[in-house]
Amino acid sequence: MYVYDELDRILVGERVTEFRDQVKRRISGELTEDEFKPLRLMNGVYLQLHAYMLRIAIPYGTLSADQMRTLARVARMYDRGYGHFTTRQNIQFNWIKLEELPDAMALLASAGLHGMQTSGNCVRNITTDQWAGVAPDEIEDARVWAEILRQHLTLHPEFSFLPRKFKIALTAAPHDRAATKVHDIGLRLLRNDAGEVGFEVTVGGGLGRTPFIGKMIKPFLAKRDIVSYVEAVMRAYNQSGRRDNIYKARIKILVHDLGPEAFGKEVEAEWQAIKDGPLTLDPAIIADVAARFKYPDYRRLNDDPSELAHARASDPRFERWFKNSVSRHKVPGYAIVTLSLKPEGGPPGDATAAQMDRIADLAERYSFAEIRVGHDQNLVLPHVAQRDLPALWRALDGIGVATPNVGLVSDIIACPGLDYCSLANARAIPVAQELTRRFRDLGLAQELGRLHINISGCINACGHHHVGHIGILGVEKNGEEFYQLTIGGRADEQARLGDLLGPAVRYHEVADKVEDIVAAYLELRSRPDETFLATVERIGVEPFKERVYAVG
Amino acid sequence: MTSPLEQKKLKITGPVVITANRLGDGAVIYRRAEGWTTDINIAAVATTAATASELLSAAHADDLNAVGAYVAPVARNPDGTLRPGNLREYIRLTGPSIDLPVTFGI
Repeated sequence: MYVYDELDRILVGERVTEFRDQVKRRISGELTEDEFKPLRLMNGVYLQLHAYMLRIAIPYGTLSADQMRTLARVARMYDRGYGHFTTRQNIQFNWIKLEELPDAMALLASAGLHGMQTSGNCVRNITTDQWAGVAPDEIEDARVWAEILRQHLTLHPEFSFLPRKFKIALTAAPHDRAATKVHDIGLRLLRNDAGEVGFEVTVGGGLGRTPFIGKMIKPFLAKRDIVSYVEAVMRAYNQSGRRDNIYKARIKILVHDLGPEAFGKEVEAEWQAIKDGPLTLDPAIIADVAARFKYPDYRRLNDDPSELAHARASDPRFERWFKNSVSRHKVPGYAIVTLSLKPEGGPPGDATAAQMDRIADLAERYSFAEIRVGHDQNLVLPHVAQRDLPALWRALDGIGVATPNVGLVSDIIACPGLDYCSLANARAIPVAQELTRRFRDLGLAQELGRLHINISGCINACGHHHVGHIGILGVEKNGEEFYQLTIGGRADEQARLGDLLGPAVRYHEVADKVEDIVAAYLELRSRPDETFLATVERIGVEPFKERVYAVG
Repeated sequence: MTSPLEQKKLKITGPVVITANRLGDGAVIYRRAEGWTTDINIAAVATTAATASELLSAAHADDLNAVGAYVAPVARNPDGTLRPGNLREYIRLTGPSIDLPVTFGI
């Protein structure tokens, strides 16, 4: 866990006091909505279809058990008993009253949580691999760098009024679990030929109305230069990004219009002016931030203890969950456990206050009081002793977060869609719910292997449909919900946008069409271990199109 | 449904009401001849652009009680009661079309 210092506490506390006064002035009529709206947005407060929504940042997806309990209290005291974990490692509460928001924020602040920079044209919550710090394949803990950037970019006066919102993601592993290539800036820690660790920098990735995969503009950046280089990218964007058209204001449009090479040159010119200046990171600063990440006092344990072997051999349900939801940890004898927030028929990413409290208890008991939030809308207990896995599984199963579907067809990413969101054109959650029912057979899901379905209720693409192996986009035609289907997208290190499969289909036809896509895959794959993506990449969209659109 | 946030020009092709969110809690409200109501059936109904514009102007002027007022279509049931004219408005009136997570009993 990262331990906040006094400065963080003062900053968050002062913001609550400031916002309390702003709400008071709004309610008294001293502030108009036009005056108040930008102020509430700076604190993550949106007005949705039925109520105010509060979005809370979870920096690099790391939560303490106490913070999770605080979220549960907010859900219980100020909302309707649940929260929604998002694709950007945030949590959203959907039913908060304006009058009660300052109190909710004060409660959150007591646990170091806030909604700053979760909305508006600023640098949003910086995200990273939910396994950072424990993944066996990582070079180092990417959260240290996310934290350095968070500190630099929080309330940064030059970047508080950018042309448009700005999203940064980091990974330190060859397998990108943070979707860095679909972010405004993607940072990947890697080792160069000389054995030094630095960053590969991609820019201009993003989904939404005009999706692009990020373009690499710096193959290797020394660690000490990360702040100055990110600053240079943002200055180039702040200066040249369009402000005349909201749909063309993201950095991806600028990078596309100029071309990555020309944009890279602009950044380079900007960087040369500030490189080796005050923004160059002193090793002592890096060490100080790194030292604030407190790692557990791991015991000396062996992999595959007898308790685990016995449970695996004797209980097929446990064995299925173990194979699906448990991953190898960098420390022997420990494991990374993913908690599925995708139960059959459940809204993806939602957790009740009771679940949050119980997860906090289990994190304390089994995971050194630490929890992670993934962009896949699942939770992670990152430090579980392997010998504790059977007991943990029973507890997780008891609260409905042990569905062994992680990474499988029913582990669906979906935005809130038209059930909550004022921007949406179509519903996303009930489509996801129906699909989880259609694919309730975990044996079939396992046979299908890795298959990600992503659903967005509008072109803004909060459900990342462009990079779903199967992507579903809700649109509106003559007042009716229709859904476009794409296949072949992916958000990992080989990120690509999915290809359109055919004409949009009606709400009630979506699940049938997805079943048809899956049936086509089973027919078309060259062998049982050829993944869905590998099949699409080998044969293209056409054979799927013929089968899916020929049916019926 | 096209988001009313993108609503630019007032075109009326059937009965409409003016709707907004209540300032204090964001609840969905409808404009009456005077003031607001949460009951769509006692909302003021406009059938011409001129009437709708008038109601909308009054709604915008009441910035202290209502946020983001806009024109929304409605339809009449056979018994004369009003129902929302599209799915978006139906969901605004009746709540999410899904069971909330707490109903899962955990």
